[in-house]
Parts: sequence; C-alpha cells; structure tokens
Amino acid sequence: MVAPAIRFTQLGQVFHTRSGETEALRDVSFDVAQHEFLAVLGPSGCGKSTLLRLIAGLLPPTSGTVEVFGLPVTEPRDDIGIVFQKPTLLPWASVEDNVLFPIRHKRGRVSAEDRARAADLLHMVGLDGFANRLPDELSGGMQQRVGIARALLLDPDILLMDEPFSALDALTREVMGFDLLRIFSERPKTVVFITHSVNEAALLADRVLVMTGRPGSVLTDIVVPVGRPRGPETANERAIHDLSAHLRGLLLQRAAA
Amino acid sequence: MTSVLTYAASSSKEPQPEATAPRARTAAKQRLLRLVAAPGVATAGSLIAVLVFWETIARGLAIPSYLLPTPSSILQSFSSIGADRWMVHIWATLRVALVGYVLSIVIAIPLAIVMMRSPFLSKTLYPLLVVVQSTPVVAVAPVIIVALGAGDAPRVVITCLITFFPLVVSTATGLAATPPELIELSRSLRAPPWREITQIRLPFAVPYIFSALKISITLAVIGAVVAEFCASDAGIGYFIQFSTSMFRLPQAWAGLLVLAAMSLLLFQLVLFTQRRLFPWSVPKKD
Repeated sequence: MVAPAIRFTQLGQVFHTRSGETEALRDVSFDVAQHEFLAVLGPSGCGKSTLLRLIAGLLPPTSGTVEVFGLPVTEPRDDIGIVFQKPTLLPWASVEDNVLFPIRHKRGRVSAEDRARAADLLHMVGLDGFANRLPDELSGGMQQRVGIARALLLDPDILLMDEPFSALDALTREVMGFDLLRIFSERPKTVVFITHSVNEAALLADRVLVMTGRPGSVLTDIVVPVGRPRGPETANERAIHDLSAHLRGLLLQRAAA
Repeated sequence: MTSVLTYAASSSKEPQPEATAPRARTAAKQRLLRLVAAPGVATAGSLIAVLVFWETIARGLAIPSYLLPTPSSILQSFSSIGADRWMVHIWATLRVALVGYVLSIVIAIPLAIVMMRSPFLSKTLYPLLVVVQSTPVVAVAPVIIVALGAGDAPRVVITCLITFFPLVVSTATGLAATPPELIELSRSLRAPPWREITQIRLPFAVPYIFSALKISITLAVIGAVVAEFCASDAGIGYFIQFSTSMFRLPQAWAGLLVLAAMSLLLFQLVLFTQRRLFPWSVPKKD
C-alpha cells in the first residue's frame, strides 16, 4: 500500500487573535492520492486557505497531523508549489525573472539550464515571446500563467492552488482551467485546488471535498464520475451537470441553515 | 492641447498637392498653436509676464527696495556679486545639504530594516524618533552648534535631524507593505532570511523610499540654511542673513532665488534618478 501524497488526520486549528480564539478547522481528516486532483469547495471563511498553509508547512497544526508522502509536516517544504489567488509577481522583474524567482531566491543565482527550463515552462503555459515583458504589460490571465509557471519551476510533486482563477473573467477562467488540465496530463501532479466555484470544481477535479464553515470541517467527499481527458465539451456532460447541481444544493442548504 | 497637436501632426503628413492660400494660413496658425503648446513655452511666457508686471508696478508706484526690489535690481546684484563669491556660498550650502542627506539615508534605511526585523527595537526606538522629530530643529540647532563647535559637523547633524524621520517612517512602511504571499513563498523556499530583505522587501519599498527621498531633499536644503542662520561664515543662508542685515535687499532676494533654484534642481535630480534606475516604481500618469 503506497502512502497517500497528503493525509490529514483529525486536524484541528485554532487561531489566537486579539478578539479571542477562533476555531478555523475541526476534526478534518482526508487523503489525497498521488497525482490526484482534489478540489476543495466551501463558503468563504471555512479555513480552505488554512489547509494549504498546513500542507506547505507554513503553519503548525494545533491538533492532529498533516502528512506528506507518509511523513509529518514539521517545517516549510520546498517540494511544494504554491499558486496564489493574486499572481503576486515582482513588478520590477521580467516575466522570465519572475518564473526564475524561486531559484534565484533560494540559491542566489540561476544557471543556463534554469533559464532553459523557464523558457520551457513559459511555452507550456502559452507565454512564448513574453519572457522579457514586465508583469504590468500583461493581462490578469497572463499574469496568473506566470504565477503557475513560477510554481512549477522546481518541479514540485504537489501543487497547491488557492482560488487561482477567481480574479479572472468567466471565459479566461474556463480556458485557464483546461490549460491546467493539459499541463497536468503532460506532467502529472498531486493538486489541491481551492475554489468557491461549483462548476470549476466539477469540471477540473477527480474528487471534490465539500467543506462547511466556522469551524471548517469536511461535509462530504465526492468522486467526480467523469474520466480524462476532459475538454470544453466535458462541460456539456450530464454527469457534470448533475454533480454541479448536487454540489450547489449542498452549499445552498448549508448557507440557509 | 493634445488634440491640437495630433491634428496638426496628422494634417502635415497628408499630401497637399493643391495647397491654397487659406490652407497655408491655417497651417501657419497650427504651427503657432503647436509652439505655444510645446512644454515650457507657456510657463516661460507667463513667468516673463509676471516679471514685467512686477517691474512696472515696483517702478511706477516707487515701492522702496526693502519692501519689494525690482527684478532688474535683483538681476543687477546677481552680476555684481560675481561668480566666484556665488560659488563659495552655493558650495557651502550644497555640501552640507548633500552630506547630511546621504548620511541620513545611510542611517535611516538600515535602521528601518532593523526595526522591521525586531519588534522590540521598533517599540523602543520609535517613540525616541517621534520625540526627536517633535522637537523643532530650529530650536535645537544653537545647542548642537555649541556642542559640536565650528566646521561642517554641526550643520550636517542638523540637516540629518530634519531629513531623517520621513526616511525611516517611509522605508519601514514600505518594507511592511510587501504582499504576504511573497513572504510565504520565501519561507516555503527556505531561502536565507536576508534574501527576503534584498530580493522582496527592499525592492517593494522603493516607491515608498523615493517619496521620502523627494521630501527629504528639500528638507536637507532647509536644514543646511537653518544651520547657517545659527553660526557660519559661508553659504546661501548666511549670505541672505548678511545681506538683510546690511539692508541690501535686492541681494538677499537674489540669494533666495538661488536657494529656490538649488532645491528645485536637487528635487528634479532625485526624480530623474528614480525614473532612470527604477522606472517601474514611478506611478503611472493617466
């Protein structure tokens, strides 16, 4: 039996703030298999981003454990790529230098091979010929593509994505989603994808983890009954429609309660 | 203004095989418009108008020169002082202002970094800085001069005191204004902590630092002049004080203009440096 890529066991998270204690997560347990695409769906403030910070080792858990490849997470780990909600690029650095930032930041300098890798990644995310532009000259979608290329630079086994497309318009968002699937079909990754879009979760993920808010806990865990590869036509499939409706129902029911 | 310019530019590019007299006249009119619209022309024009008006009023109403000297008398005292004497005074003020300014930068930026890294130092140093800033420099200046004696040292310290505070506060604000995501990225990469400063925080602070540098450069000139008022034997501030005590008001006015020009030039120099070295940090004009 292979250890899952990520395992949460009875995880609890409490934040101490000025206004007292806030329970962000309660008794959260789930596994993510290797090369699985897990979407985490839930209302805002249900501790979805906290999950990612726990996996990345940026936050020690209050109770319970987080394991990555069978080992408990105790410190920040660099075999994990992170894509943030905003692209958060360096405004003074070219697109290429932004992609290379993790290596330059970690080791102080970049090699010719690193540059070649950055060029490959830029090709993969569809930004050929933009290497020398500044982030300012790019659209929001293109900036987020740079953010994705940056997260892939160190070829991480696990990619954490925190509502990466939420700032984009609907059409760009859909195109980016399918581009992401194409990238992962070429280089399989374990992905944890935070979103509050029901459609996005159903279309992109292998499994959807539905969370409830305050404190965040797992409501259900649903396998998406559609195979791969997926493309724009997948959106028209009955199973996706049914799943979306079901997920929406769950969230609305929770919101009303 | 822009529409006139573009219209003039596009029409001049068009081929005009049968250019008639009225068309030529409108072309001349457009050329004139373009000249007026050129940057600087309107400013220079209005400046000349003000000077002419000033001269006429001062002469016509026979205003005594200690109230308002005529531009021509100010101009005359410019030349009567002579370039050598001007250079002595300008250099004295410029030297103190620049040394104080640079020293202030060299102290303020590392201090802001230290304060950002250590909450303890931030808590202990910040009130101290506020106390220093709240004390009027003009009042402290004589005390400093007594303590540090003659020479540039007391003047440089006074200049430092006046330029220091905006630099520390702005730099500290800029260092803290970095997107938290990038700090998390830095931590997840397990990069050396100093690189978080050099590669993320300091560059993000550049726009903040430059807005303080622009304020501080004009303050540096003020600091140097304040110090000269207290005790010195050279410098534009000294020159103005000396001239007024001798009742040579046109001469004092000339000194004032030199001082204003110096401030303006230094300010433009800071602006130019920012545009040249950090073009991305310059706020975009719409």
